[in-house]
Amino acid sequence: MTEHRYTGGDIILKALTDQDVDVVFGYPGGVTLPLYDRIYQQNKIRHILVGHEQGGVHAAEGYARSTGRPGIVLATSGPGATNTVTGLVDAMMDSIPLICLTGQVVSNLIGNDAFQEADTTGITRAATKHNYLVRSTDDLARVMHEAFYVATHGRPGPVLIDLPKDIILGEGQYIAPEDVKPRNYNPKIKGEQEKIEAAVDLLASAKKPIIYVGGGVVNAGPEASHMVTQLVRMTGFPCTTTLMALGAFPASDPLFIGMPGMHGTYEANMVMHDCDVMFNIGARFDDRVTGKVDAFSPDSKKVHIDIDPSSLNKNVSVDIGIIGDAASVLEDILAIWDKKQPVIESAALKGWWKQIDEWRGVNCLAYDQGPKIIKPQFALETLKNALAGTDYYVTTDVGQHQMWSAQFLHFDEPNRWMTSGGLGTMGYGVPAALGVQVAHPDSPVVCVTSEGSLMMNIQEMNTISKNGLPVKILNLNNQILGMIRQWQELFHDNHESECDLSGGPDFIKLAEAFGFSALQINHPADVETGIRHMLETPGPVFLNMAVDRNECVFPMIPSGAAHNEIVLGPNHEMKTMDDKANVMA
Amino acid sequence: MNETGTQNETRSHTFSVLVDNETGVLHRVVGLFSGRGYNIDSLTVSEVDPVSGYSKITIVTSGSESVINQIREQLRRLVPVQKVSDLTTDGRSVQRELALVKVNGTGEDRVDAMAIGDKFQAQIVDSTTESFVFEIVGSSDTVDRFISEIMPLGLVDVSRTGIVAIARGAEEM
Repeated sequence: MTEHRYTGGDIILKALTDQDVDVVFGYPGGVTLPLYDRIYQQNKIRHILVGHEQGGVHAAEGYARSTGRPGIVLATSGPGATNTVTGLVDAMMDSIPLICLTGQVVSNLIGNDAFQEADTTGITRAATKHNYLVRSTDDLARVMHEAFYVATHGRPGPVLIDLPKDIILGEGQYIAPEDVKPRNYNPKIKGEQEKIEAAVDLLASAKKPIIYVGGGVVNAGPEASHMVTQLVRMTGFPCTTTLMALGAFPASDPLFIGMPGMHGTYEANMVMHDCDVMFNIGARFDDRVTGKVDAFSPDSKKVHIDIDPSSLNKNVSVDIGIIGDAASVLEDILAIWDKKQPVIESAALKGWWKQIDEWRGVNCLAYDQGPKIIKPQFALETLKNALAGTDYYVTTDVGQHQMWSAQFLHFDEPNRWMTSGGLGTMGYGVPAALGVQVAHPDSPVVCVTSEGSLMMNIQEMNTISKNGLPVKILNLNNQILGMIRQWQELFHDNHESECDLSGGPDFIKLAEAFGFSALQINHPADVETGIRHMLETPGPVFLNMAVDRNECVFPMIPSGAAHNEIVLGPNHEMKTMDDKANVMA
Repeated sequence: MNETGTQNETRSHTFSVLVDNETGVLHRVVGLFSGRGYNIDSLTVSEVDPVSGYSKITIVTSGSESVINQIREQLRRLVPVQKVSDLTTDGRSVQRELALVKVNGTGEDRVDAMAIGDKFQAQIVDSTTESFVFEIVGSSDTVDRFISEIMPLGLVDVSRTGIVAIARGAEEM
């Protein structure tokens, strides 16, 4: 029996099909032409032609984050490959599974400074979880399947495969995923039973507990989020979710106390600081959450569950560290809890909630919507209300609008909130929305952005409209790089250095040129109508909303400060002064 | 928090890292150290199992206990890394280094150089009428001492392998 030979291009497409891939975000180039010729002759895999490779990676991230399946990128050699780097690092930081296929010059030209040659595996070694340079078409199928395995097992991440043109053109054998001998890469999934039991005992004995949920829970699949919800509701303990985990526990549940960290809620940060047991599931004690590490939650015993052993004791030392997949460990926790039926400290817990309710009473997200200038918080609160009752997806860019979105929009399910957390990549939002809408064509997808970020990948608006995707873009236009201005106001003597974006393009004309319906809203009274109009108008819609340039995101824990040094906004200062005045009067 | 002196004290550690012998694997390991700001005091690498395609990298590094723990776990995250053992904490180990030491000289200096060579059991692997190349094998400390003793007699060049190490006793890595 003679072995069937396939071209490299066919092996790639066959491997993608066998890995249940239905869509690829790509941009063709010289060395990938033979692969594009095969793409032309098939209809199993949809190819979305993006405007820029970075946009392609963010689109794949949006696709991956909203479906739980790896996102696929296809770029050419040289500039095509280097354009993917920011997106790859973004996916690396936020643990998003991606497969990035890049073309490479013909094998015997590698190292000769050939046209559009770059040392792609060298450049992306620190930007990927792993990468490959394929040296034989016979090895291609194995590498493809192994890449999917590596990207999706353990802590997920981006994997890049560099494909010299002769490898794509050449012929080789195909092996199916199940015939690939698994590589000796076996991340630990199941946590140590003894440690899980100890963690359950500790949690049950807590008088002032907090369940602190991170992106690992989202990565562990929707079931993990549902188990977290079960655990929190069963115990009645307060729950906070990080920026990456919004939706892993329902925001509408009264046990949810908001996001922790630099722009987290007052109550979440005070709880993190004062708790006696911190139960971290799949979060990584990021510096934006911990603030000053030496002063972080000084009196608590800490449990940390993470699939990545290097995350344990990296930033914060913990009392019980459990290495394992959040879903597997949560299953064990619930089983142990069920078996032991521990008695929780109900009286102490009542006191704890009384304290939490006092902190909540501060109403840390309060803002003052006057009659003239639209407050961005008001716009987002209106958006939240308008979206209620639908199964919506939101992407953001990076900056003030991102933090306000995290504070004011509510998510009751995981995989509905896509944001660039770790790397903080401006230009993420629009292409991510493209990827999300491709994955969920019938769901409302809103990108909340602002002019600085929007301009960084605006070309993907064209991809959105060209593909008839009904993405809604809400541009909170404050004529300035808001977060930069905020820090300059607070920490640099109000020196507004190089943050002015006024006199920028006419966004309405620009949006229309890109094939969007566009509308402009300038007055608070029109905010609700504008947002409803945006959501109800079919096809892609761009809403340019003029908002207050001088608004700051509060609360704020200044960089390097402790949680209990949290700064509240001007409304609270006024309130405090008013209170004093009342006392004096 | 780690307030105690032992936790923050910087110590030298020797890691033995078994890796798949594939393109770029050394770059991955070295890049991890430079990218995360860890020290490399010595590094050796060579294939040790051609059948399975494994190489062994021996790295001498230094850091506080938490840094050393991070180095171990970060190394384990790399996909081509099969095994990581910390020879400093996992038990006793043998550590050796080889150096080739060139000494130029004539007359009395030659005699003295040979005597020092004998004392350290260094082999002469090349000689001309005005030079010797000694090969010395031992702990880094022994190699250091040999070099400093022979230096005044006309030392002109040194090549050192860096440290290779293996755990003592019957156990496999």
